[in-house]
Amino acid sequence: MTPHVVNVLLSGVFHASILFLVAAGLQVVFGVQKIFNLACGSFYALGAYVGVSAVGWYADAGGPPALFIVPLALAGLAVGAVGVVVERGLLSFVYDRDETFQLLLTFAVVLMMEDAIRLTWGTAPRSTAGLYLAYGQVRLLGATVPVYNLVVIGASLAIALAIGWLLTRTAFGRIMRATADNREMAEALGVDMRRVSAKVFTLGAALGTLGGALVIPATAAMSEMGIELIVEAFAVVVIGGLGSIRGAFVGALVVGVLRSVAISVYPELEMLLIYLIVIVVLVLRPRGLFGGAAT
Amino acid sequence: MKRGLVVTVATAAVAAAPFVASTYHVLLMLPFMAYGVILLGLNLLFGYTGLVSFGHALFVAIGAYTGAFLTTHGKVRSLEVILVAAASLGTLVAVPVAALCVRYVKIYFGMLTLAFGMVFYTFVLKFYRLTGGDEGTPFLRPSLLGQSLDAMPKVDYLAGPYYYYSLAVLGLAALCMWRIVHSPFGLCLKTIRDNPAKAETLGIGVTRYRFYAFVISAIYAAVGGALLGPPTGNVDPTLAYWTHSGNLVFMTLLGGFASFFGPVVGAFVFIYLQNWVMSIVPYWRLIFGAMLAVIVIFAPEGLMGLVTRRRPAPTSWP
Repeated sequence: MTPHVVNVLLSGVFHASILFLVAAGLQVVFGVQKIFNLACGSFYALGAYVGVSAVGWYADAGGPPALFIVPLALAGLAVGAVGVVVERGLLSFVYDRDETFQLLLTFAVVLMMEDAIRLTWGTAPRSTAGLYLAYGQVRLLGATVPVYNLVVIGASLAIALAIGWLLTRTAFGRIMRATADNREMAEALGVDMRRVSAKVFTLGAALGTLGGALVIPATAAMSEMGIELIVEAFAVVVIGGLGSIRGAFVGALVVGVLRSVAISVYPELEMLLIYLIVIVVLVLRPRGLFGGAAT
Repeated sequence: MKRGLVVTVATAAVAAAPFVASTYHVLLMLPFMAYGVILLGLNLLFGYTGLVSFGHALFVAIGAYTGAFLTTHGKVRSLEVILVAAASLGTLVAVPVAALCVRYVKIYFGMLTLAFGMVFYTFVLKFYRLTGGDEGTPFLRPSLLGQSLDAMPKVDYLAGPYYYYSLAVLGLAALCMWRIVHSPFGLCLKTIRDNPAKAETLGIGVTRYRFYAFVISAIYAAVGGALLGPPTGNVDPTLAYWTHSGNLVFMTLLGGFASFFGPVVGAFVFIYLQNWVMSIVPYWRLIFGAMLAVIVIFAPEGLMGLVTRRRPAPTSWP
């Protein structure tokens, strides 16, 4: 493999690990609550801006640059609490309605969040100056790679494993899977649906905000980044299959790497290729690679 | 009949607007009338057939780009030709898209339409040699009914001949749609919306009817999209973006999807309110997002639902 190929693939995997976090948030919420959360991109944007601010405060307070990822990740996770506000304050009113209303309510959050971010942080792009290379770079198979990218890829893998552990090995995971399978039955067996909904939606939101926070050293925060990412995350979950975490993982790799390859080979194709794959998957295998039956 | 009276008065008011209202407000009526056409079509799919498209901006953009192309590159300036071409191209694209999309309902239908919309968006954005990329393509002033009006000042043209032309198209579109939804075909669509399984047993080809409704609504979107071009004189890729599709659904819900004229009312209120809010603060999305949330939670039948209030608000539909 030439260094150029390694570079393209690794930048694709880096993008995929961010995409996976946001898509996993989408999947958790869809799997359990059957809500397609358009606002997951907005949570991602919010996490990015909060991450920039947190790292800024941290640097001003004189924290060692080598540990900047700690306040970054903590801020990303903490702001996920916005999920409980959206869930209790808005979505909980429309659980008995058709899913169209739930979808439109998340679209309302998309609109509100975009301007709330502009109102708070202004319209100019924000970035964390210089922190991207705080960990230096390594040579890997002839290519030069920022260590931060590898840290994020590792963190994303760890989170994927943690979600798997949560779903299969804990009591809460069993409740989530039971609710996803049969909501009424789970409720009849004594599961407090209000608490489960609030927890699951907050978990989904926190995955999105964490993804946004982690991506920010490598790029700049812009108010449109949320509505742009949601269509990529959407491609991920369609390719992988709605509601499946494993699907999100594979789908993120497919979308992340393909996009990276397309940009380096034929830039005009970039997302066009991804959407064409989405359409092919939806037409030939609407439940995606790992999803349940489509209705 | 009360509704007939209201419609007559409203039409008369719109027709009289250029004589009484300020030019500024008259010019705002142009996007309203274009969106009126688009939403009448969208609601055949949304309100009458029960399918929520999150990619209808695709057909709006196809109509708008057809007009821009014909006037800039094709030397065609007749608006009648442009509208027919937009409708034809809209149909041409809608047939395969609809054939694939109507195999699914609910969230899968919404996702597939969104994906198709984004394909077209990326296409017009990336192939800039053909489409001008994010700068868009100019939409030169079209001639109306064979009359070239290039000598007219722009405002006089838009607030005069073009205004009444748009009004006529909206009126005609509403008349056709009224006939469609009150025909046996329209009744079949409502049956499909309320109970697809029963409709199938009654011998209605559910998929086929959904397909027809999709294509008709796409034609309306393309015609309305072509009408959006001349007032701004330019069309750009954001017309095809998924948030534009979302806004179309928003307008329909705002006016009321359960009523025939609801979407038209929604377009009117949306355009004027957006303009008014933007003249005060730049953050119209924050206010409109909150408004959408309030409508979804408290008034799912929209403004028309608040006015008429004959039936209890539907909780399970759309």
